[in-house]
Amino acid sequence: MSEITPVDLGGVGGLRWFWRQLTSMKTALILLMLLAVASIPGSLLPQRNQNPIAVNEYVLTHVGAAKWLERLSLFNVYGSPWFSAIYILLFISLIGCVIPRMLIHIRALSARPPKTPQNLDRLTFPRSAQSAAQPDEILDHAQEWFKKHHFRWERESDAVSAEKGYLRESGNVLFHLSLILFLVAMGVAAGYGAKGEAIDVEGDTFMNSATSYDNLTNGSKFDLRKLAPFTLKIDRFVPTYDLATGAPIDYKLYATARESNGAPRRELIQVNHPLSFGSTNIYLQANGYAPVVTVRDGAGNIVMNGPVVFLPQDANLTSTGAIKLPDATPTQLGFIGTFLPTAMMDKVRGGFSTFPDAVEPRLLLSAWTGDLGLDRGIPQSVYRLDTTKMTRIGLKQLSVGESWTLPEGVGSITFQGWVRWVNLQVVRDPGKEVALVGSVLAILGLLATLFVKRRRLWVRARRDEDGATVISIAGLTRQEYEGFEAEMNDFWNALTAEGEVR
Amino acid sequence: MTSTSWAYSSNYLVYAAMIVYTLAMISAALEVAINVKGAKVLVTTSGESAPPADDSKSERWGRIAIALTSLAFALHFAGVIARGISAHRVPWGNMYEFSTTGSVAVTGMFLLLLRRHSLRWLTLVVTFAVLMTLGTAITLLYVPTAPLVPALKSTWLVIHVSAAVISGGVFLLANAVAGAYLYLDRVESRGPRPAWALKIPSLEALDRLCYRLVAFVFPLWTFAVIAGAIWAESAWGRYWGWDPKETWAFITWVAYAAYLHARATAGWKGRRAAWLCLLAGSSFLFNYVYVNVWGSGKHTYSGL
Repeated sequence: MSEITPVDLGGVGGLRWFWRQLTSMKTALILLMLLAVASIPGSLLPQRNQNPIAVNEYVLTHVGAAKWLERLSLFNVYGSPWFSAIYILLFISLIGCVIPRMLIHIRALSARPPKTPQNLDRLTFPRSAQSAAQPDEILDHAQEWFKKHHFRWERESDAVSAEKGYLRESGNVLFHLSLILFLVAMGVAAGYGAKGEAIDVEGDTFMNSATSYDNLTNGSKFDLRKLAPFTLKIDRFVPTYDLATGAPIDYKLYATARESNGAPRRELIQVNHPLSFGSTNIYLQANGYAPVVTVRDGAGNIVMNGPVVFLPQDANLTSTGAIKLPDATPTQLGFIGTFLPTAMMDKVRGGFSTFPDAVEPRLLLSAWTGDLGLDRGIPQSVYRLDTTKMTRIGLKQLSVGESWTLPEGVGSITFQGWVRWVNLQVVRDPGKEVALVGSVLAILGLLATLFVKRRRLWVRARRDEDGATVISIAGLTRQEYEGFEAEMNDFWNALTAEGEVR
Repeated sequence: MTSTSWAYSSNYLVYAAMIVYTLAMISAALEVAINVKGAKVLVTTSGESAPPADDSKSERWGRIAIALTSLAFALHFAGVIARGISAHRVPWGNMYEFSTTGSVAVTGMFLLLLRRHSLRWLTLVVTFAVLMTLGTAITLLYVPTAPLVPALKSTWLVIHVSAAVISGGVFLLANAVAGAYLYLDRVESRGPRPAWALKIPSLEALDRLCYRLVAFVFPLWTFAVIAGAIWAESAWGRYWGWDPKETWAFITWVAYAAYLHARATAGWKGRRAAWLCLLAGSSFLFNYVYVNVWGSGKHTYSGL
């Protein structure tokens, strides 16, 4: 906010010059606009922390560009060094701006209104008239009026000086300070927060420990051994669908929660109603089907008996997945499966689902033998079968209860039924209350700074050469204050009421 | 009435509103046309630039335009309410409803702000924009009423979206004012204003008007973003996640914050401020159109 005068840049002088540059309004404005512009690429390119699958796909389809995008952190815009640099500079600029303003304002809060200027005519809405009343009477009137309208006033020998609207600057300072509070909240979340996801099928019990998660990210200051001690048994997941359109209407997750040594209690988790354990919340995110299968190998041993999580592919929950049996003999077995909750067959599209609820469930399987590739030490998706070293031995469509005896005597598979799975998101964010307080204060500050008008009013009453009382008033405001004229009129009328004006 | 008949009533009301909006637009156009014609006659006879001649006639059409706009608003508003009744929920669950509700907010805010600010010259622009929005909504975006998807079942839907829609209405009005400023600024740099523009307030007044509109609605927009964050916290487990919609809401917020700072502190008035305002308003519009229809992310409720 200060003028920039680049003169004699010594060591300290240079620093001071730099500091002045950084805290100038122009720089703050540029940084603000830069922040807006810098946010754009993250909304147009897939972001790793939001949609890693989309990023991987993008990298595969745009090999040349992706290399550069990666170097510029464009798949992680909001955590990138350049994005951080902008907002850190912005906040330094903001702090450099707001702290001095706050100190000045604190002093101003206890200061008296400024002395009445000699020449009131040069100010806004000056008015003056003669009155029959005594000057002191007029000034007493003015004082009363100021008191009634909550002005801060100062009586001088022949004038009253008054000021109102300090709340405007208080609001301004509060708004900017609460933005800093908001940044603190984000820092707390980054340091002490944790966020994890886990897929569990009906009947499973989720135990809140690091190993139960499919993925877990935690702040550097958060000790994973301090995860809130609770277990959650997934009793039943009940979706409701619109019969005409198949659109989901409601998702209900019935679960049994148990804290370290407490009694179990029944809980209902819904999309907008997470379950809380202290500062840890459990959210219901995605859901889908897990067909239950029993697989026997060529030797007749049961090598698999239970649900296999499939991923939904469309709104009608056509779901795909893989069943891998590395321990089967004589050869490893694998299945690529499609689960159709309400199956429909079509020559063009093949098998697909027409409704998300399980009305007519079918399991379409292709069976593979050979090497599953699990021993090579390369991480594999559990939902996909790597068929590079496998051969397909058959295709089959199964209804619930049906079995398929595989060719070549390699085993059999029985489609026992299905259960549903839910994706739980467990979040610990100890900073969110701070963020909430910050945002409420920000709004209050904003309202004050945009709607409170700071203005000064003066009245002078003294005798002229002829001994008559002359009242003069004037005002001053630096804001766009539409109602100022009306207020001044009101003030004038109060002073000159009772027919005192001649 | 049944849900279906409410839905039909809603559609008829929206159609009726479109007809009245059209009449309002024609009246507003006549107001301008009479000004132009009157001024031309004067210029040819006296050779001097003159105030619009047939002021009373043009004034009458201007008033008729406002009366018709008010009637259209009533029909439009009733249509939106009927849609809500038919769906048993707030009438903003998909892109068709965002458009009908959003445009009713534009008209509503226009009529409301008209009481305090000299905005009547905007009637033509507002009715045209609303008509276009409704036309697009009913032809391209229409979907039958349906219940809300589970993610939208929250009280915050009412709070967050209504705040955002009202803010949007005022932002678009501010945009129209800023656009008019920039255009007239160019026109005036070449010579006196043409006759049709004589009724539009002075550049200085437009600049002030634009600032007032933004300053009035900026806290509400801040509230809309924060309400969205609170909702996101209860639905998705984080209050901020740089979802495209959130990102663009943030960009809009930052751009308007820059506008307010530029206007209030840095003393940027006039052209540069108007450009900033236009930029901020465009980011709002981009968020509404692009992110809803083509964007990815969690805010994909357009139903398209």
